[in-house]
Amino acid sequence: MSDSHEIQAHTDALLPDPGHPEHHWRPTDVDPRAERRAERQVASLFGLSILCTILFVVFYVTIEGGIGGPTVMGLGASNLALGLSLGGALLFIGIGVIQWARKLMADVELVEERHPASSSEADRSATVAALQAGLEESGIARRPLIRNTLIGSVGLLVAPAVVMLRDLGPLPGDRLRHTVWAKNMRVVRDVVGTPIRPADLEIGDLVNSSAEILFGTDKGQPVPEADVIEGTELQVEKAKAATVLLRMDPDDIVSDATRNWSVSGIVAYSKICTHVGCPISLNERTTHHLLCPCHQSTFDLADSGKVIFGPAGRHLPQLPLGLDDEGFLVALSDYPEPVGPSFWERETKSPGAVFNEWNKENAQ
Amino acid sequence: MSVDTSKVAASNTSAATASKPTKVGAIAAWSDERLGLAAMGKKNLRKIFPDHWSFMLGEIALWSFVVLLITGVFLTLWFQPSMAETTYQGAYPNLRGVSMSQAYASTLHISFDVRGGLLLRQMHHWAAMLFVSAMMIHMLRVAFTGAYRKPRELNWVIGSTLLILGTIEGFTGYSLPDDLLSGTGVRAAAGFMQAIPIVGTYITFFLFGGEFPGDSIIPRLYTIHVLLIPGILLGLVAAHMLLLVYHKHTQWAGPGRKETNVVGYPMLPVYAAKAGGFFFITFGVAALMGALLSINAVWKFGPYDPTKVTAGAQPDWYMGWPDGALRIMPGWESHFWGSTWSWNIFIPVILMPMLSWLLVTILPFLENWITGDQREHHLLQRPRNAPTRTAFIVSLMTWYAMFWLAGGNDIIATQLHSSINNITYALRVLVFVGPAIAFFITRRWCIALQRHDNEVLLHGYESGVIMRSAQGGYAEIHKPISESKAYAITVRDRGTEGAGLADGPKANGKLTLRDKLRTLYYEDDVQKPTVDEYDEAQAHLAHADHGDAHELEGGHGH
Repeated sequence: MSDSHEIQAHTDALLPDPGHPEHHWRPTDVDPRAERRAERQVASLFGLSILCTILFVVFYVTIEGGIGGPTVMGLGASNLALGLSLGGALLFIGIGVIQWARKLMADVELVEERHPASSSEADRSATVAALQAGLEESGIARRPLIRNTLIGSVGLLVAPAVVMLRDLGPLPGDRLRHTVWAKNMRVVRDVVGTPIRPADLEIGDLVNSSAEILFGTDKGQPVPEADVIEGTELQVEKAKAATVLLRMDPDDIVSDATRNWSVSGIVAYSKICTHVGCPISLNERTTHHLLCPCHQSTFDLADSGKVIFGPAGRHLPQLPLGLDDEGFLVALSDYPEPVGPSFWERETKSPGAVFNEWNKENAQ
Repeated sequence: MSVDTSKVAASNTSAATASKPTKVGAIAAWSDERLGLAAMGKKNLRKIFPDHWSFMLGEIALWSFVVLLITGVFLTLWFQPSMAETTYQGAYPNLRGVSMSQAYASTLHISFDVRGGLLLRQMHHWAAMLFVSAMMIHMLRVAFTGAYRKPRELNWVIGSTLLILGTIEGFTGYSLPDDLLSGTGVRAAAGFMQAIPIVGTYITFFLFGGEFPGDSIIPRLYTIHVLLIPGILLGLVAAHMLLLVYHKHTQWAGPGRKETNVVGYPMLPVYAAKAGGFFFITFGVAALMGALLSINAVWKFGPYDPTKVTAGAQPDWYMGWPDGALRIMPGWESHFWGSTWSWNIFIPVILMPMLSWLLVTILPFLENWITGDQREHHLLQRPRNAPTRTAFIVSLMTWYAMFWLAGGNDIIATQLHSSINNITYALRVLVFVGPAIAFFITRRWCIALQRHDNEVLLHGYESGVIMRSAQGGYAEIHKPISESKAYAITVRDRGTEGAGLADGPKANGKLTLRDKLRTLYYEDDVQKPTVDEYDEAQAHLAHADHGDAHELEGGHGH
């Protein structure tokens, strides 16, 4: 048995094996003074660790932490003191133990023979025989009816686990296709919620803006309690409604759609990148280009938000702008197409086609 | 130096024989009567582990994982995985009165109000960096030395699974604080998932509990981060260790070190002490990093707001390469029948990383299929002695590195004052050309090193001693390398010998793909010399030198 079960490996050596190198005694093996010195070193390292741990507790109690605490060279004194003392407490144990191993523990290399990873032939055939006996006695091969219904029933148990996941969230429905923007909703500044008149913007100015409803008002008047958007819903709607306003020289505008949806050279676009949804915020003032800081997709706001560089696959949706009777900027409708990153069910059309369709819908 | 070896210290003498029952013996007897551990202990307590610095890399990964578990448990004591809105009233004045999620507020609480809390957070984050980097470098060591060959292929698969799970674990942890930076990462992740054809929208709605951002994602990521993935990691780490013990560690060839043995120090006491000590060192280094190096200053950018973003947003370094792929991917989308197919997202962040990971995972099987080698391998291969494998790994590293660089294309542009467009276009080419160039250079480099090995073996090493002959010519004396070194570098397979072709020529006389790859795998390999060549060269070396050369050699210590 032993000869049939050998490790299937071959040391292909050119020269005769010179054998294990001679063992050299260390000073600590032969010199009692060196040995005692090493012993003292190891114990001192452990002693230093004890000291550091005590210091840790002392620092914890005495140094004020957080923002109001003292600082050392710009670093928080508490964090620094606790970290250094904890680091010391741990490192000294580590160094001590390794020093012990290197200086005082036996350093004679030993040899162990390897065994093949596989079991012996006898073990293998015994296992196969046991397996076969077990299967035979269970009759699983002879009774396919039992076997197949068992496989079916256990396999089907995946269903409850999968079905239970259904309530993780609602179905998408058409939620990704709409935002809170609506006809005649005022465009307001995104932090303070104040409405904007065209005269407030110089050429080249970019304003981060949002829909007025998200501030709980309509034409400056509070909306009924039931219509106020709050909490998680507010975050979701904010994420979709984010809009940038940019004023440019009306003569710079390239496409008809952009011109028709602008007011005195002011254009409004979704702030959410059509790539993976980062808010776009870097404005190249002289070129009307807007750059996303996440993956550098660049959009031309003078030409229907077309992609001029980067990994985005599609133009930025434009919000049709108009003025209300008080002279404030308002939306003429919701975004004519879904904002934000792609989703599979999204119907995607060229800016011109989107504009034509919008015209048809809003003609009446 | 004369050493009196007669007075050898007690520690180095052989094990003492137990004459009367000892305390250790009593404890061992008590537990063995209940657990029967003696049979296992006999085999494993004095198990031999070989020594080499590179065997420590996996240990760093293991111990930083333990540091992560310890610091992580502490963090859970204060962290609140909730997206419920709250108004911050804690110690940090710049954000007081600001409305934010409880997750972010509790992260600030840990950072500013809990003594040592910031230290814990920074240690946890640094240990995560160590964990992922150590796993990667350990994996490179294993690949470069061919340690993944039979019988260790399955442990390699476990290892690569640990790497991908570790990466996902890192990403979920990074997302928890819910500050502006981490929220931007989650925002992008939602975009990635939404881009999966057909099912993407549903996956996103289910994971986020509706539309982004919703109020479910942080608690759900938290469960994944503290329970699901760590549980799997723990199990896989245990399996990884068990297989390591079962296979016994690989070793480098050398005098007395063969395929069939393992030479080194016993687990008890030497490796228990060295590895145990090393745990404290890893832990200590994490503590020092937490004390001295600020990481992820979550208070800087404020709470997550879906309408805001910071310039120069970067993920943690190990997520940089899919992010880079995303940045340099052309903006390809297909629109038909009312659907949108985002190749520009699906290919770089979902398909490419999964396929790259799969390729790495099947490397040992792929290599085995090409070489047809059915033997076990316990001696490590020097990277130069497997030029094609080494070159392939370096080209994979280059593939990774180019994507990783692309992940910082904006930083490169601002630092080098160059056009981000040109950098992006260049990287689009370099991700493909770079690996090809790297493959070619590495392969030739390895072959040159093999040639150098033979040179040194047959003609000796360059001693640095210059001799002037009677005729006035100069020559450098070459001396033979030591017997043990000569032995070590000549322990290697004689290339293709015995491998031959797997399938033989096809009917049309051409080779099958496998045979073509096998030919390439061994092509231009420089064989080690034969015994005759070696003996002849040794005789030549001994005679070629001048009389004084032998004198010089006297100091060599033979």
